[in-house]
Amino acid sequence: MDFKDIIRPENKVYARPRLLTENITHYCPGCSHGVVHRIVAELLDEMGLEDRTIGIAPVGCAVFAYNYIDVDWIEAAHGRAPALATAASRLNPDCLVFTYQGDGDLAAIGTAETIHACNRGENIVIIFINNAIYGMTGGQMAPTTLLGMKTATTPYGRRVDLNGYPLAISPILASLDGTCYVTRQAVHTPGAVRKAKVAIRKAFTNALEKRGTSVVEIVSTCNSGWKLSPADSNKWMEKHMFEKYPLGDLKNV
Amino acid sequence: MPKVQGAVTVDEARCKGCDLCVVACPADVLMLQPKEVNDRGYHFAFAARPEACIGCAACATVCPDACIEVYRVVLK
Amino acid sequence: MEEVKLMKGNEAIAHAAIRYGCDGYFGYPITPQSEVLETLAELMPWETTGMVVLQAESEVAAINMVYGGAATGKAVMTSSSSPGISLKQEGISYLAASELPALILNCMRGGPGLGTIQPSQSDYFQATKGGGHGDYHLIVLAPATVQEMADFVALGFDLAFKYRTPSMILADGIVGQMMEKVVLPPQRPRRTEEEVRRQCPWAACGKGSRKHRNVVTSLELDSAKMEVNNLRFQETYRRIEENEVRFEEYYTDDCEYLMVAFGSMARICLKAIEEAREKGVRIGLIRPITLWPFPTKRIAELAAKTKGVLVVELNAGQMIEDVRLAISAPSPSVHHFGRMGGIVPNPGEIIEAFYSHYPEAKI
Repeated sequence: MDFKDIIRPENKVYARPRLLTENITHYCPGCSHGVVHRIVAELLDEMGLEDRTIGIAPVGCAVFAYNYIDVDWIEAAHGRAPALATAASRLNPDCLVFTYQGDGDLAAIGTAETIHACNRGENIVIIFINNAIYGMTGGQMAPTTLLGMKTATTPYGRRVDLNGYPLAISPILASLDGTCYVTRQAVHTPGAVRKAKVAIRKAFTNALEKRGTSVVEIVSTCNSGWKLSPADSNKWMEKHMFEKYPLGDLKNV
Repeated sequence: MPKVQGAVTVDEARCKGCDLCVVACPADVLMLQPKEVNDRGYHFAFAARPEACIGCAACATVCPDACIEVYRVVLK
Repeated sequence: MEEVKLMKGNEAIAHAAIRYGCDGYFGYPITPQSEVLETLAELMPWETTGMVVLQAESEVAAINMVYGGAATGKAVMTSSSSPGISLKQEGISYLAASELPALILNCMRGGPGLGTIQPSQSDYFQATKGGGHGDYHLIVLAPATVQEMADFVALGFDLAFKYRTPSMILADGIVGQMMEKVVLPPQRPRRTEEEVRRQCPWAACGKGSRKHRNVVTSLELDSAKMEVNNLRFQETYRRIEENEVRFEEYYTDDCEYLMVAFGSMARICLKAIEEAREKGVRIGLIRPITLWPFPTKRIAELAAKTKGVLVVELNAGQMIEDVRLAISAPSPSVHHFGRMGGIVPNPGEIIEAFYSHYPEAKI
């Protein structure tokens, strides 16, 4: 069968999602953000939520998320996305409100906002990209940076005596009464991407059904920050990150 | 079992040559251009062995830039 | 018939917010303004008008809730007192940069640091010169009565929406805590979703039937575009300066000397001036109601016909800088009198200070 006979619209099984804008992302080649953006865009379209979604963008690499997913967005100050989402959701109860935050934003500067939004059980979704580094500012240590991991501010590798321990924040969020769903996913293989998409769909459904706060942590790579190729980053993540941040549901009620 | 023929198209301008689709493809269809680069200087992906494609969409599923579209026909 | 009530300034703010049709209040307890949140909690507006009331985990969270709510086009507010307002500066700068309407009450107490819980006016610089980072202004309203506390909620919101910029009610602890008669405004309905969308076509409240997405952001990495944004902010500030200056004058027709004071200090100055006038000392008073935009022109006009100016504030001398800028001439002389640490001077002290600078005025 000829190539041009196959590439007919009726044979298409995978298309670029309608709700991704035409903008080429500023992300580095192989960055996990792109995959997560794509599945969020797919879900908002599949679930018919384009007209009533408010995304809250963070400070960090995903600061420009609003350039890529074609729904309304508010850009938050560093760490404050859950506070914005709290108000946006309470004042617009018919909308789906989700935040999209990195590890520094969510688990360092925004720890208080994150914990209290989750503890109040705000009907929002928190998508948490954990790549154990500050990407946007040039690869500094994050709260989730693993012990021994070299970053711009731990050039000797993270040391307990100097830098303390890596912070696994999702188990803390799972222990709060306000969360209904806390899960850890990844997007490094086709199977993992499909699972992550199922998780985010569940989280969106929870918010629409006013069941409390859902947190979807995506254990991710930052190949530029880690100074590895995208493919090697995935291998490194499987070997090292999953030990400290094992995948799976932490809470599902 | 019916035989499946797939095909992929790559938006060359959008591709950043990250290689993740090449790694994900179970049928060894994709490669990065060894010499040619796109306008932004990336060795973009292309179907080096299009006839081997089974249309499983593994490549598109892991693509961070949503630049791969996948087609599939079941051969009678 | 008018409904006259007796209440604290802070309570009046809460009542007025509900009656304005405010959509949301986000606050955090701090003395001397906790009555705002307490009164709202007692009145339970979520069961009547549907107004959201939330005690946040911090002042930082509260102002960012205001930012999130304002970005969706809602009429939202917060209140705090000096140390809490310092924490809110991040969010206030973002509100100004994203051109969002919002209302912030600062019921000032003495600082710096944790300072005191007693009244003060020492956040004048912070309120009128920006406060947070970047080139911006707030519309700053200085109430002197409980009635003005109530009235400035509507004025503050209306100006905020008219110019798409946050407004601040800069009250001193006295105005927040004292009880006075007040006529509350009539209850207005909250805007419907459609009305919000019509009034705020920029709001990120879900696309609805809009074709394009709305993005509320203060970020622009392209310097040329960021300069254009800044020029637009400055253009808004010029329009506010042209149209929104508000002040009140007393005994200025024949005054030989002028006092300048705002908030509760203006009331005490007025008392001092009336006592002096009984002895034939002709002092006038101008009370700026908008601290920004500042009544520069009128102060210059009045100063030109006087022999001396005394600026009276509950601080070490802040508004006096704007008064000096307004006059910008070698005469008349401009002096300051202020008390700090929560001490409020009585009329006698003010007149004594006046005579110490202008002994020739004494009859």
